[in-house]
Order: sequence, then C-alpha cells, then structure tokens
Amino acid sequence: MDRAEQALTELTEISSQVAAAVLFDKSGKVVASTLPAERAERLASSARALLEAAQEVRAGELTQLEGVSGEGSVFVVRDGDRVIAAVTGHEPTAGLVFYDLKSCLRRAAEEPKAKRRTAAKPKSKRAKSSGSS
Amino acid sequence: MGRRRLVALLLGAGSLLGLGLYAKRGHRRERVDLYFADGSMISIAGDSPNAARLLPLTRDALRAVRA
Repeated sequence: MDRAEQALTELTEISSQVAAAVLFDKSGKVVASTLPAERAERLASSARALLEAAQEVRAGELTQLEGVSGEGSVFVVRDGDRVIAAVTGHEPTAGLVFYDLKSCLRRAAEEPKAKRRTAAKPKSKRAKSSGSS
Repeated sequence: MGRRRLVALLLGAGSLLGLGLYAKRGHRRERVDLYFADGSMISIAGDSPNAARLLPLTRDALRAVRA
C-alpha cells in the first residue's frame, strides 16, 4: 500500500463523517480512492470542475470549499498539486472534516520514512578473532 | 360526517403546508462555502447566480458516490 492509499485508509478510520474520499492531482488523475475506479473518477472529475468554477467566483487563491446540498456535503481541499475531495452525510462538523482532510493530504505527501540501517555488528568477527587467539 | 370531513381536510392541508415548508427549508440550506488562502471566506447561498453553477456540480459529486 502506498502513502496516498494508507493516508486515505487512516482518514476513513479517523473520521466517521467521511463516507468516501478521493485523492487526485491537478490534472484530475486519481492517485488513491476509497471508491471503485469508475466512481472515483467521476467524483474526482466533479470535484475538479467544482473547484475550477468556484475559483472564478472571486480573485485570490481558493484553498478549500464545502458544497452543501439536500443530499449531503462535498468537501474539496487543495494543497499544492494535490487535491482531496470527500463526501459526507447531512450537517457534518465542517471544521473537523477540513482538519482531517488537510492531515490526510499532508500524510499522503510525506516521503516514506527511510529504514534505519544499523551498522553491522562486528560481534561475530570479534568472537572469531577472540576464539582464534 | 361533516365534522370528519373537516378534520380530514384540515389534516390534509396541514400535511401539505408542512411538506412545503420542509422543502423550502431544505432548499434554503443549500450553499457553497469558499475559503481562500488569505483567510477570507464567502458563503454562496442557494438562490444566488453563482450557486446556479456550483450547486449542480456539488450534486454531481454526491451522485458519483451514490451511483
């Protein structure tokens, strides 16, 4: 499992309000999702269109949005080249959802931690040398 | 009989009124909140011209998940 998929898994474990989420890049290419491929692409495409249309409302860099309809809410958060879109039920706690989505984006962007390489223990050599002398 | 009819009529009218108010309340709640990098935020209400573009896209996204 790569970082993006792991970050989304953690998101759905942490946030009970998020029903589905998709991570995609600026071009709309899906990076990871909690949905089957076809639905993930539809969600990413709609979220991207929503973000682009919302950006035209006013000058300035749009970083996040919440769309509320009778069917539920859609959250879109952008951080650099990566975008996350999530769907929730009615009346979610918007602040918490935004916080969880931003954390997810950060985790997805993190470089995997390099495994610590411990220096080879020269024990066996010492043992050998002490054994031989 | 006349009284029963009146009660039924009042109940029917009350239900219709309730449904209408509920639908109106639901419609009014529709909105899109935009947050900008400078810390500003604008809320676009469901009956504004900008909402006419943004809300259908919001519904599309919701339907993509529920399809």
